[in-house]
Amino acid sequence: MRRAAIIVLGLLAGAALFAGLLAPAPFDMQFRDFPNAAPSKQFPLGTDDLGRDRLSRLLHGARVSLLMAPAAALAATFLAALIGIGAGLAGGWVEKLVMLAADLFLSLPWMFLLLSMRAVLPLNTSPLVSLAITFALLSLLGWAGPARVVRVAVKAVASSGYLLQAKAAGVRNWRLVIHHVLPNLRAVMRAQFWISVPVFILAEANLSLLGLGVAEPLPSLGTMLKELENYSAIGARPWMLAPAVFLLAVMLCLQAVLPQEEGVR
Amino acid sequence: MNWLVLMLLAMGAVFGAGVESGGVLKMVMRSEPKTFDPFLVEDEPSDMIRYMTGGVLIRMNRKTQKMEPALASSWNVSEGGRRITFKLREGVKYSDGTPFTVEDVAAALRRLTDAKHPTPSSDAFGAEGGAVTVEVLGGNQVSFRMAKPRAGLEMLFDVVVISSVKSPLKEKAALGPFFVKEYKAGQYVQLDRNPHYWKTDPAGRHLPYLSGVRIEIQTNREMELLRFRRGELHLVNQLDADMFERLQAEKSKAVVDGGPGLEAEFIWFNQNPASPVGTGKMKWFQSTAFRLAVSEAINRADICRIVYHGKAQPAAGPVSPANQFWFNKSLKSPAYQPQEALKKLQAAGFVKRGDALVDQAGQPVVFSLITNAGSKIREKIAAMVQQDLAKIGIRVNVVTLDFPSLIERITKSYDYEACLLGLVNIQIDPNSEMNVWMSSAANHQWNPSQKRPATQWEAELDKNMLAQAAAMEPAKRKLYYDLVQKIVVEQAPFLYLINRNTLAASSPLLRNLSISNSYPQTFWNVDELYLAGK
Repeated sequence: MRRAAIIVLGLLAGAALFAGLLAPAPFDMQFRDFPNAAPSKQFPLGTDDLGRDRLSRLLHGARVSLLMAPAAALAATFLAALIGIGAGLAGGWVEKLVMLAADLFLSLPWMFLLLSMRAVLPLNTSPLVSLAITFALLSLLGWAGPARVVRVAVKAVASSGYLLQAKAAGVRNWRLVIHHVLPNLRAVMRAQFWISVPVFILAEANLSLLGLGVAEPLPSLGTMLKELENYSAIGARPWMLAPAVFLLAVMLCLQAVLPQEEGVR
Repeated sequence: MNWLVLMLLAMGAVFGAGVESGGVLKMVMRSEPKTFDPFLVEDEPSDMIRYMTGGVLIRMNRKTQKMEPALASSWNVSEGGRRITFKLREGVKYSDGTPFTVEDVAAALRRLTDAKHPTPSSDAFGAEGGAVTVEVLGGNQVSFRMAKPRAGLEMLFDVVVISSVKSPLKEKAALGPFFVKEYKAGQYVQLDRNPHYWKTDPAGRHLPYLSGVRIEIQTNREMELLRFRRGELHLVNQLDADMFERLQAEKSKAVVDGGPGLEAEFIWFNQNPASPVGTGKMKWFQSTAFRLAVSEAINRADICRIVYHGKAQPAAGPVSPANQFWFNKSLKSPAYQPQEALKKLQAAGFVKRGDALVDQAGQPVVFSLITNAGSKIREKIAAMVQQDLAKIGIRVNVVTLDFPSLIERITKSYDYEACLLGLVNIQIDPNSEMNVWMSSAANHQWNPSQKRPATQWEAELDKNMLAQAAAMEPAKRKLYYDLVQKIVVEQAPFLYLINRNTLAASSPLLRNLSISNSYPQTFWNVDELYLAGK
């Protein structure tokens, strides 16, 4: 099951990565004589209401979601590791302060923060840069949850016999972290990474659904899902569901991958 | 004489035949009404209630666009447009049975002009001027005198609702066809038939025919459509074009296309020298050639066809053809001619280098176009404009902002380059646009609140707007206002894109529906509507 999920995920990510080669048309090209066209040889998944090829937009949109979300998840996990390890090893008031900050970040209404960020961003920021900033902000906001988990794991490692022995032997702190703490946190961090990926994909989709995510003409899974607001049109044009099916497949595959990683822990 | 009596009787029989009283009309409002006080109305849901419950002295017939008697049986404008005198109907009562008196009218007019407690309509009535007088005359007459003459004075009274000074129910005692029976926040407003409504049909039957109107509060338009399809609603006012098309495919008789409406979608460039827009870009935006070239490079016909499914017309100028009297018929919508646009830009010093257009300083022509997030229609228009302008080498960054951020930028910080928005025109008289075309006005959006006109053509706009406001003869006013429209089209401070059609959906049970292209499109004759078989 896990292997199948990894293969499907790999295929989807590969399709997204090579969108430029696989897409039958430029994602922003408006074929104005064919708005809302049904699937055909020219448009395998039909066109949207501006006549843009849906398959091309899906491939490019998936690239946005499938590449940016893992990048943001990686950054958030790295931040979480840094902060969690620091807090776990330092203990005392440093630990309390860091956990207080984590609680504060967890209670922040991130959606409003992202809206505010979008409102203050220079207007001539290109869609790609604006998207990168959105994901960067998501990763900055996403460290708190994983950091708490990492801190608990660090506490467990810190009280282990081998670490006490290493400390007693006079091993320096940075060596302790690199050679003894980090290897024992690998599974936890991997799990945190996989948990964050779907969260960030959905966050982008939510923002785009509100019209505040990826700017025109760049597609993303979220902007494409916006089409489904016209739910009475789905019956007549079921191929509109393609981005929803794609997102569901990605989420299911990520879930199938996740338990194994947690099992290692 | 006998023939005349017989004819009148026959006409009465025809008008009365088949009309059934009773039935509760079900429709929705798209947000919560902010007030039930008719003097404080600023939002559409509150206006909906005001329209159905409020009694006015005179009212504009939304079909003929002419003023007609209501609580005043006649009126007279005198002193060169400074004074208006109303003769009131006798024997009229409020919904609670309280008699309608001349004092009620005087109180309403005084409230409108009370400088200490201004209302949204106060500016129009000259409360700032301070020299407005209200006189109760004999013979059930009341007179209102403005400080300065005002063309189209009577048009102002379409929204002046009269409330009782004696009724313990205050503004809840209504003179309109209905009164507010119940309001549940977030759920519905229930209006019941006013048993004392003054109006009768040609057969002498008391109006309204309906026994009530239930207005549900429903923000989601898709849900509104779904409920209409299920038969839970009788009327959908202002239907979106794509919803219209979907419904038409399913129930062709349920949809009504009223033709071009008063609403327009348009783009403007920020020309405010006090804004943070850099000097290079400001130079482009202040160039008439640049604005006209951009206008010519936009394919309006495609926007009408694709975004509005053909239910819109390319706009010719600031006034829609739906505004029958004031529209300048000599104006035509700009033709789509990207090559001509490019030539205009090249003549103005711009150069096409590869796929990009650059200005004299070698700067690529790139600007951001802001619009409100959540408006699917505007997002689509913006995407189409983006592709159209890319063809002449102009790169447009479309930015959707939440509405408060957008308003902050266009009215306070002026930190934007171009904006795409729409205009909902409620009034058809040019006086209602003084706050847009006068260079000193706050809503002179491209360069607001100027101390003196920044350009010669803006000075011309000021001059003609003032001239039309001072002239009393409609034909003379139209001459001046035609000039205003011509200047706006020639100088393109606003690039008008489309005038969308008035679209609605109506249940087959609903009778006497007569769609108008001005607000309130489908229920302007709510007192004459009825449901068959009820």
